[in-house]
Amino acid sequence: MTLSRRSFLRGTVAGSAVALGLPFLDCFLNDNGTALASGAPIPVRFGSWFWGLGHTPGRGIAMDGKPGITFLEETQPLVPHADDLNYFNAFNTPLDGRPSAVHFTGWVAAKTGNVPRTFGDTPEPTLDVIIADQIGSETRFRSLDLSSTGSARDSYTFRNSTSRNAADVSPLAFYQRVFGAGFVDPNQADFTPAPSVMVRSSVLSAVHEESKDFLRTLGASDRARMDEYFTSIRQLEHQLALQMEKPDVSEACGIPTPPPEGEVLGIEIDVVKNNHKLLTDILVMALACNQTRVFNMLYSQALSMVRRRGESFTHHTLTHEEPIDASLGYQREVAKLHVHSMEALATFIQAFKDIREGDGTLLDNTLIFANSDTGNSRVHSVDNIPVMMIGKAGGRLKTGMHIAGNGDPITRIGLTAMQVMGIPVERWGTGSIETTKTISEILV
Amino acid sequence: MIYLKNILRTVLLSAMAFTVSACGEDEPLTEGTEPKLRRLTEQQYRNSISDVFGGNIIVAGRFDPLERIDGLLALGASSATITPAALERYEAMARSIALQVVDEENRKVLVSCAPAASNTRDDACANTFISSVGKFLFRRPLTGSEQTLYTNLSGAGAEGLGDFYQGLGYGLTGLMVSPKFLYINETAAPAPDGLHQLDGYSKASRLSFLLWNTTPDAVLLDAAAAGELDTKDGLEKQFNRMMTSSRVEHGVASFFEDMLEFERFDILEKDPVIYPAFILNVTEDAKEQTLRTLTQVLIEDKSDYRDIFTTRKTFISGDLGPIYRVPIENPEGWMPYEFPEASPWAGIQTHLSFQALFSHPGKSSPTLRGQAVRESLLCQKIPEPPGDVDFADFNDDANQINKTARQRLDVHNKEASCAGCHKLMDPIGLAMETFDGAGQLRTTENGVKIDTSGELDGITYENAVGLGQALRQNASAPACFTNRLYAYGTGHSPTRSERQWMGYLEGKFAAAGYRVPELLMEMVLSDAFYRVVPPSLDTNTADAGIISAKETKL
Repeated sequence: MTLSRRSFLRGTVAGSAVALGLPFLDCFLNDNGTALASGAPIPVRFGSWFWGLGHTPGRGIAMDGKPGITFLEETQPLVPHADDLNYFNAFNTPLDGRPSAVHFTGWVAAKTGNVPRTFGDTPEPTLDVIIADQIGSETRFRSLDLSSTGSARDSYTFRNSTSRNAADVSPLAFYQRVFGAGFVDPNQADFTPAPSVMVRSSVLSAVHEESKDFLRTLGASDRARMDEYFTSIRQLEHQLALQMEKPDVSEACGIPTPPPEGEVLGIEIDVVKNNHKLLTDILVMALACNQTRVFNMLYSQALSMVRRRGESFTHHTLTHEEPIDASLGYQREVAKLHVHSMEALATFIQAFKDIREGDGTLLDNTLIFANSDTGNSRVHSVDNIPVMMIGKAGGRLKTGMHIAGNGDPITRIGLTAMQVMGIPVERWGTGSIETTKTISEILV
Repeated sequence: MIYLKNILRTVLLSAMAFTVSACGEDEPLTEGTEPKLRRLTEQQYRNSISDVFGGNIIVAGRFDPLERIDGLLALGASSATITPAALERYEAMARSIALQVVDEENRKVLVSCAPAASNTRDDACANTFISSVGKFLFRRPLTGSEQTLYTNLSGAGAEGLGDFYQGLGYGLTGLMVSPKFLYINETAAPAPDGLHQLDGYSKASRLSFLLWNTTPDAVLLDAAAAGELDTKDGLEKQFNRMMTSSRVEHGVASFFEDMLEFERFDILEKDPVIYPAFILNVTEDAKEQTLRTLTQVLIEDKSDYRDIFTTRKTFISGDLGPIYRVPIENPEGWMPYEFPEASPWAGIQTHLSFQALFSHPGKSSPTLRGQAVRESLLCQKIPEPPGDVDFADFNDDANQINKTARQRLDVHNKEASCAGCHKLMDPIGLAMETFDGAGQLRTTENGVKIDTSGELDGITYENAVGLGQALRQNASAPACFTNRLYAYGTGHSPTRSERQWMGYLEGKFAAAGYRVPELLMEMVLSDAFYRVVPPSLDTNTADAGIISAKETKL
């Protein structure tokens, strides 16, 4: 069955247009994207970008009712990218009586549609995992997960409470992982698979088969964990299978320069921004070279530890302990660090725009779901969390709009993102945060 | 059906509770839990490779972090999965290790046989190698089909690549990406009392990972094969043997690394402008100092566990000398040292490791330090902070007249939503305020003399050394240690059915003068330590009854 996008029932609820309860439509796929000169369709990628502690209230964007985005002081770095993103705010996180686990509930609800019962409780997958299950199996890596904070634990992507994707944090190691041994240049003229790849593949297949009888000896929860192992081994077998085939030519692909030796990891702001840039430069080329279609980048933790050299307070502790400047009416140092986060996001966006692909750029063929964890950095509120959708998702999205949620559940944004990426999901979330309403204004 | 089985089990247990157990001791009967796969920790992986192939084999790669559950990463290992990215890294690591094992130098030592021809398969030699290393990697002898599989993989690799040793390397790679290596898998077997216990090889793994944090050695596997681990005498013989090995110090150190959250050292960062003396070597030595102190006091000296909060004995390295203001004889090595009686340092809670780990990058944190004492040393869970707290009072006060942390934190007492929890943490941490965020001694903050007096659960003190005395007298401290050690060894938090057993174990610990080797012996010679129930197909029963026996909600 194919349906025209016009068959969406459009309406307005609480001041925000919605597309009501319609199933996912295949027509989203590929009808707006362009193709490469080779004729191969350009894939649409999905990724997330996270920053901690949001904005200072009243200093993010203006609530002026205008259709476009009026960037205020803390989002000024995004001005050059105004036409490439949608900004969402005034969406809420109803807790249904559950306690708000500070620096946790906000982002977990936005990314999983579920309000956690306690800190660490993440029974539902993040939306990137749902999307990777749909579109991540055709590439060498199902997903590339990165953090510029130096800690592999700083990763907000998981299938459930016990299956979390650790982040790559070292630019050097990340470069080696993607462009070191095992990388097949899609544009090289000659292609001869390495004999060792075939042997490795047969080893994995044999271990895979042999491990199946292991299941019979295990309890139910361990069998579920072994399912994850089997998924992993299949993914690795798939990676190796791809290395035995000549890949499709990818015109935008070029092997990036390796990061410099002697890297420094850490949470000082200059270090974080530098590593963020190095990781980003490798990531965008990994996408252009079709090594993955899904990615996650964490710029700073929900409890942001980013800090200036010589400053005894981190970004997070400043939100608690820096006095409000009487003349300014806000926390001066906190506000500066908020601007740094947006500068990093602007750098990230620019890297996607710098890669030409088909008739446009890599950004045109990408959907970046960028969010923070709080709507008010000083009191850590989980309402009014800022979220952005960046990129045109292969022509499926309009951009340049400010969408105010008027208190609607924040899950509307994630549901829309998943539908845009082709996930057949009609409703998302549990309890009061559940929604069936997409955000139709941004759909092409 | 499952329900019926559970009823029958409960009836059986109730009946047996009044009988004398098979070993003739007064050990309370426990119900046991289902064995859970435990993902090898990074250290267990590294130790296993080092023990099987030698210390010169480099294990290069990154391991996925474990979640901390009920105070221990070891419990996170019991629910950890292997994600696609993790398996990719395991496979790369396995290939790297295998290539080193079969390289021209190492093969002379590590491959005991030589192939008839080096450019093709030799199944007899491959079979010998796979058999000899496989049992240490899988922690039991390989089954016939496993033996055949990995031998054949080696042969197929040798044929495909035209090189016997490369083929052997791929057979070895297969062993190391198998879930049977990456997970510690324990198997239930019928016990003489009609219930179930771990089988011999699973017991060998529990013993080995608890005491040495590595794969069982040949003697232990032989003992398992001979059924010796199913007798108290056999267990005692192995326990005594293992306790005389220097490896037990590594095992005990590994436990404390977990209990004291030393994985935080991996990302510990101090501002070089504020704390210029806190260089990388200091970080590494701070960690080692505490671990050396603990193993010396608890294993070498066999002292009372509670002494760890008061001991003036320690070890000092060249880099630590200036921080502790101790003259160094040999800047390159470690020296045993005893702080003088009036010293501000006594007990591990005064160590640089503790002070630096539970601080911010550029300042101390009485709250973090107090929380660490409550949660890590006393197993008392501090509730999460409430959401949407307005810190206006705190901010205004901090900007005006408050010079010391005590003054700044006083705002917590004025705010009802803060006071309940902060009064449990802040007074403990304030006792340590004479140590700055990098653990260096100070007497004033912003020109104001620091007041370190306080009270812990009814015992008052004047400073961090006095806090140590209060901790020594706190009944929660040894109970917490017992709980954590048991959970670490078994891979599960004590269940309701183990409450009586845990009380019994704590009593034995007290009766033994809180000596850790005796607690370890009591534990590894018990039935409870190996008690399991066979895996159930019912998804609802797998974790039923798990509690944090010693984790008190405050």
